[in-house]
Amino acid sequence: MEYEVVIGMEMHVELNTTSKMFCACPARFFGAEPNTQTCPTCLGMPGALPTLNRRAIEDTVLLGMALNCQINTHTFWERKSYWYPDLPKGYQITQYEYPMCHDGAIDLDVRDLSNGWNDVSYAKRVRIRRAHLEEDTGKLTHAGDVSLVDYNRSGVPLVEIVTEPDIFSAHEAYAYLSAIQDIVRYLGIGTADMEKGALRCEPNLSLRPRGSSAFGTKVEIKNLNSLRAVRDSIAFEIERQTALLNAGGRVRQVTLGWDDARGVTVEQRSKEDAHDYRYFPEPDLPPLDIDAAWLGEIRSRLIELPLDKARRYQSALGLSAYDAAVLTSDPAIAAWFERAAGPSPTPARVKAAANWISTDLFRLMKGGVALADVKVQPEQLGELIDLVDAKTVNISTARSVFEEMFASGQSAGAIVAAKGLGQINDVATLSTVVDGVLAASPSQVAQYRAGQEKLFGYFVGQAMKATQGKGNAQVLNTLLRRALGAASQT
Amino acid sequence: MLPDLSTLTVHAAREGLRSRAFSAVALTQAFLDRITALNPTLNAYLTVDADGALAMATAADARIVAGEDGPLLGVPIALKDVLVTRGVRTTAGSKILADYVPVWDATVVARLRAAGAVFLGKTNTDEFAMGSSTENSAFGVTRNPWAHDRVPGGSSGGSGAAVAAGLCCAALGTDTGGSVRLPAAFCGVTGLKNSYGRVSRYGLIAFGSSLDSIGILARDARDAASINAVIAGHDPQDATSLDAPVPDYTAALTGPDLRGLRIGVPREYFIEGIQPEVEAAVRAAIDGLVALGATCHEVSLPNTSLGLPVYYLIAPAEASANLARFDGVKYGLRIEGDGLESMMRETRGAGFGPEVKRRIMLGTYALSAGYHDAYYTRAQRARTLIKRDFDHAFEHVDVIASPVAPGTAFRIGEHVDDPLQMYLEDVFTINMNLAGICGVSVPCGLDSNRLPIGLQLMAPAFGEAIALRVADAYQRVTAHHLQRP
Repeated sequence: MEYEVVIGMEMHVELNTTSKMFCACPARFFGAEPNTQTCPTCLGMPGALPTLNRRAIEDTVLLGMALNCQINTHTFWERKSYWYPDLPKGYQITQYEYPMCHDGAIDLDVRDLSNGWNDVSYAKRVRIRRAHLEEDTGKLTHAGDVSLVDYNRSGVPLVEIVTEPDIFSAHEAYAYLSAIQDIVRYLGIGTADMEKGALRCEPNLSLRPRGSSAFGTKVEIKNLNSLRAVRDSIAFEIERQTALLNAGGRVRQVTLGWDDARGVTVEQRSKEDAHDYRYFPEPDLPPLDIDAAWLGEIRSRLIELPLDKARRYQSALGLSAYDAAVLTSDPAIAAWFERAAGPSPTPARVKAAANWISTDLFRLMKGGVALADVKVQPEQLGELIDLVDAKTVNISTARSVFEEMFASGQSAGAIVAAKGLGQINDVATLSTVVDGVLAASPSQVAQYRAGQEKLFGYFVGQAMKATQGKGNAQVLNTLLRRALGAASQT
Repeated sequence: MLPDLSTLTVHAAREGLRSRAFSAVALTQAFLDRITALNPTLNAYLTVDADGALAMATAADARIVAGEDGPLLGVPIALKDVLVTRGVRTTAGSKILADYVPVWDATVVARLRAAGAVFLGKTNTDEFAMGSSTENSAFGVTRNPWAHDRVPGGSSGGSGAAVAAGLCCAALGTDTGGSVRLPAAFCGVTGLKNSYGRVSRYGLIAFGSSLDSIGILARDARDAASINAVIAGHDPQDATSLDAPVPDYTAALTGPDLRGLRIGVPREYFIEGIQPEVEAAVRAAIDGLVALGATCHEVSLPNTSLGLPVYYLIAPAEASANLARFDGVKYGLRIEGDGLESMMRETRGAGFGPEVKRRIMLGTYALSAGYHDAYYTRAQRARTLIKRDFDHAFEHVDVIASPVAPGTAFRIGEHVDDPLQMYLEDVFTINMNLAGICGVSVPCGLDSNRLPIGLQLMAPAFGEAIALRVADAYQRVTAHHLQRP
């Protein structure tokens, strides 16, 4: 029988606020000595109380807006009780009954990446059931026969996003996750770095006979540390469960862990020991009211999102899907690109700016340079493109000029002037050069005229050498063909 | 020359310190000596911090010599052992925190420290403030200075007994259902229960977070007003503390003239089962207030009887979560078991006493799936009714007068096998916590066993000034608060 997979995604996004959700400790804890970014509140010491981080609330609402959610302007906090050593109070402060954001949707361009870019591509909408704010837990590490707990992460603001079961393949799951990742980065509210745990996701997955509307038995997959792991684990489960069902077996409702090294899922625990979290309103925090003015303030931070931008780059600027995706992967790159292309650019200029960035700029940045530290300004690249367009420099000179610009931050014009790199376009001057080259290479001229036409490159090279690379290649070509052809006719 | 410690008010202590009749060090040492003599019998203090107290007194003396003045500078006081104190053991009356030394000060402690008060030590309490007698303390009961076979009331019984026995000038207590007012009444001292949100709870080891308030046990209303001026006010560390100016409590004590004041007498608080001498003393006290010019009006608080059941759902529900942090992982008692779950079980099993366990189970049950709506949600709705009763009553009267408790101090062991009987001791005090309002407990006489009787003066939320004013007026014309054991 043929089966289809139905996936709902539960994910957690750490916000990169300066301080934690309920205390003044730094929220950016990565790499810090264990238990150094802590205080009585995030350690759950007796008598400690939570206070609210406004920025975390704003970031959550902003994310909700980006996900087209309804915003609950009156909500409250709740305590979710369970026992675990990484949960210092024995309860987590979260939202249950009234999540800050609910009933939204996200549009995706799904690409089947296994066959390269632009291979299979279609638009897709995933509904968002809810997104709410809560506090992160500490981190438990097992070392031999002891367990160590680090509370640096305890109390870091965490947004939980839950989708409707709208995802129907591993590639859609991948597209959904990377879209969320892009949005979080675009809004500047988190790193969404899965490897560092700043974005965690737990797909809920079930199979059903294709065409059926009932849901099959659900499994949850945990321990996914990369986008690839999400895609691979889902693909693995689809295959495993399809084989199981076809062999007459039954899927059990379990939590699975992904073993990345072996590329298999491993059963962690069955769902039978379901928790009773005993939610009740957090008495230590007053209810949260977000008035219209505050909401407006948050809405003003909403910028053009990656997908909208990529679609605009294709439809309005005429870029390919590939170029659009590359340039919109990072909001800083996109902004850099738009400044380099300049206001209302021609399609040729758009293409030129895109090429310069995705080839030369990225190549030079490979040494580990961040865009913010790049000396050359996007407007300076614009100027270089102008110089190429005006034939002041040829493309190969422009490349070395750009390297110079990248290294020094000097303008293209200044470098060209200082080094005398201006392209020679004057026909009379270049004719003299061509004459000199032909006069200096009589045997090559003879061979060429005898039919060895591949020697043409030799003459171009010599002419370029004679002009120190500044000769307009197109003009030289024409002059050389004319001179060699003319000579053969005599 | 040192004054008589058994009657020394904060004001008198300040007078003596200001006039250099005695130094803070000498005064502190005298209290420490008295504690050494009497505390073994009374068990009012769980921890006496002699070195710390003398160091604070030395620092206060230096400030006094430098010409500084202040309502509490150099005044020896005591702190209930549910308020965390930096570097000084804080047990909450529980074995689970028997050796727990906090790394920080509660906001009230920090404010008192800045004001130059001297901390003598930490006073006994029912475990996690759950009780009405201190019999639930893991470190033994506190004896009532008026009769050593009787309880001091609770849960701030150590503070009540310490003030009554002259083991400090005043003490801080906490009040979740009557825990300042009941020991004030049983020990014959003045007790102020602040409105919810008036005083920061940051550093108060939580019992019922929506009910907990910090209060004062003192010799008179004037002392309570001075101390409250120091501890009250907004604290950014407590999101439930009110961000509003604090009235000048001392200036509010305008004298014995109560003309224009309307006193409400709730018919639901004068019920069958109340000790006749208690009712007589309270009614006489109300007559005394009328004699000062106040008018008396019968009021009704029709949902009064909902208070106890509502309280015993909400407070344990909150406590069941508040006490989850005591799991042996981070601090306090740890009993190693075989594995994580067994360590948590063993630690909590050994660390908590029976009343705490009872309330955790009650609260856990009230919040569990399937019972949540029937218990917790309904209790919250009933709580609104109770609050509304007070709102309506305070539209017609300025303060409401009642007994603090149906009877006077009971014998140690009298209620231990009957939790319900014990819970009834709080029947007149609990509803104020549910409503978040404030009030004062004032001594208004002795019964035939020479045990103190308390008059309760309730005021609207953030009406501490008026409750203190009425209590002070009463104390200016009566001598009940000057009676000593």
